[in-house]
Amino acid sequence: MDKNFAARRRRDLVIAAMLAALAALAPLFVKNVYIQNIMVLTLMYAALSQSWNILSGYCGQISLGHALYFGIGAYTTELLFTKFGVLPWFGMLAGGAIAAVIAMGLGYPFFRLRGHYFVIATIVIAEIGLLLFQNWEWAGAAMGITIPVRGDSWLKFQFMRSKLPYFYFALALCCLAWFVTWWLEDSKWGFWWRAVKDNPEAAESLGVVVFNSKMGAAAVSAFLVAIGGAFYAQFLAYIDPESVMGFQFSLLMALPAVLGGIGTLWGPVLGAAILIPMTELTRSYIGGSGRGVDLIVYGGLIVAISLALPQGLVSLFSRSKAKGATR
Amino acid sequence: MGLLYGLIAVGLALIFGLMDVTNFAHGEFLMIGMYASFFLFTFFAIDPLLSAPLVAAALFVFGALVYLLIVRFAMRAKANAGMVQIFSTFGLAIVMRGLAQLFFTPDYRSIPHSWLGGKTISVAGIFLPEPQLVGALVSILAFAGLYFFIHRTDFGRALEATREDPGAVALVGIDKNRVFAFGWGLGAALVGLAGAIMAVFFYIYPDVGASFALIAYVTVALGGFGSVFGAFAGGIIVGLVEAMTALMLPPSLKSVGIYAVYLLVVFIRPRGLFGSM
Repeated sequence: MDKNFAARRRRDLVIAAMLAALAALAPLFVKNVYIQNIMVLTLMYAALSQSWNILSGYCGQISLGHALYFGIGAYTTELLFTKFGVLPWFGMLAGGAIAAVIAMGLGYPFFRLRGHYFVIATIVIAEIGLLLFQNWEWAGAAMGITIPVRGDSWLKFQFMRSKLPYFYFALALCCLAWFVTWWLEDSKWGFWWRAVKDNPEAAESLGVVVFNSKMGAAAVSAFLVAIGGAFYAQFLAYIDPESVMGFQFSLLMALPAVLGGIGTLWGPVLGAAILIPMTELTRSYIGGSGRGVDLIVYGGLIVAISLALPQGLVSLFSRSKAKGATR
Repeated sequence: MGLLYGLIAVGLALIFGLMDVTNFAHGEFLMIGMYASFFLFTFFAIDPLLSAPLVAAALFVFGALVYLLIVRFAMRAKANAGMVQIFSTFGLAIVMRGLAQLFFTPDYRSIPHSWLGGKTISVAGIFLPEPQLVGALVSILAFAGLYFFIHRTDFGRALEATREDPGAVALVGIDKNRVFAFGWGLGAALVGLAGAIMAVFFYIYPDVGASFALIAYVTVALGGFGSVFGAFAGGIIVGLVEAMTALMLPPSLKSVGIYAVYLLVVFIRPRGLFGSM
């Protein structure tokens, strides 16, 4: 059993390395800017969903307010850049750190709540953040911030001519989030989290400090999501509160992990790889009329997948794998 | 206004609160109710006040169908039941918004010249808008009716028993699906009623539900899951807090007070004010 587990982990790592290498080569063949754009978004959502999955999937604390950390990452980076001229790279780290600290500060009261009360609290706190930013004149209020163009450079993490640098950064972020998850899965934290998720009372009695485990998961998760937020802001060169902190965004972030397989290593990547291109393609091919057909298709698919595969798309693979094992 | 939130929340209190099924399409149920009322008015010139029972009946059928076609299967999921419920109803909400855009167009609509619209009544020197007053009255009646229904009838007992232990109720001959389908129908009918009344004084558009749904969730949770009275109290508190915040902060921040009060309440009482779950 133990040997199988170690072998599976090694295989996961090899597969991930191969997929990352393939993805890195993809721009050589795909020159279409529209497709490249979709690839960047797919990688970004995979990274976000993977980060969300750490707290909500592995540790079982369902958060539908992660847009808060995403928004904090985006706003910290851009406020530091536009108001104080701090390079986005530092702003990104600052945003991540602030988000992690806020996540832990909120964790104190929040992690005493259970079930629906916890979920609604996460929604509500993100909504408060949204309203505050919408009314914060210095930060651009509801109009948001337009990031000034200072020319293409890695130093300023700004590229107008080509999307490729963004693509490689998104790929790196996705790999980082995946690798952190992979690494944590087999660490003592990973085992604590699963214990906390399955039965907090039993975990506590066996010496797992439930509260600290949740705090750790929240901090890692918030940090990574905030980095994603900083990236998104640089990528779009424009942010406003509704688009980076809205409730819809919290759901969009959770969706790939849920449809792919919540609390699994591959679920978020798989979910994002299918969901995001599909969303973008339906939006541009049948959504142009503004008549809502794209929404009907998109929503219908979410209903269908979540009902047909409650354990996510990864269960398709594990089922065939389980068959192979018994043979 | 508080009683109006209560009216929107009462249907959710039944579905989310009592049956413990997450419904992320609640706001869209409200939206459908408003449109139904709007079209009955424009095409058949039936005043929203008269058509309200019709709208409620239509929503009853719709809610029961949603349960039978979607939610029933979501509840059957062995793993991640909570997430499956959240995202299957969220998907449904997106489909409903899409359908509304397709058939009703994204235009803002309103009902002009209804019996109640724009009229005010003077009570002891204070002018109160009539539609809101009727809404408040209906809200109190709806809560009283639901309270009676849950606590005094066999159906109410069957409903609570089914939530507690679906296996055991099957042994005493209660069909879980029939009980829950009826519960969903009733919950949808109540929000349909809310929609019919709100159609009189609110703009109607495909996304209208989203803004009210969140406050409805907060209202139910504030009062505590599993308590009809809690949801009623929650509605009144939410309304009062909103009015008070509006006095102190700019209007765009008025919801902040509601959210802050929710957090404060659950930090002190993690099961809401009157919650049993």
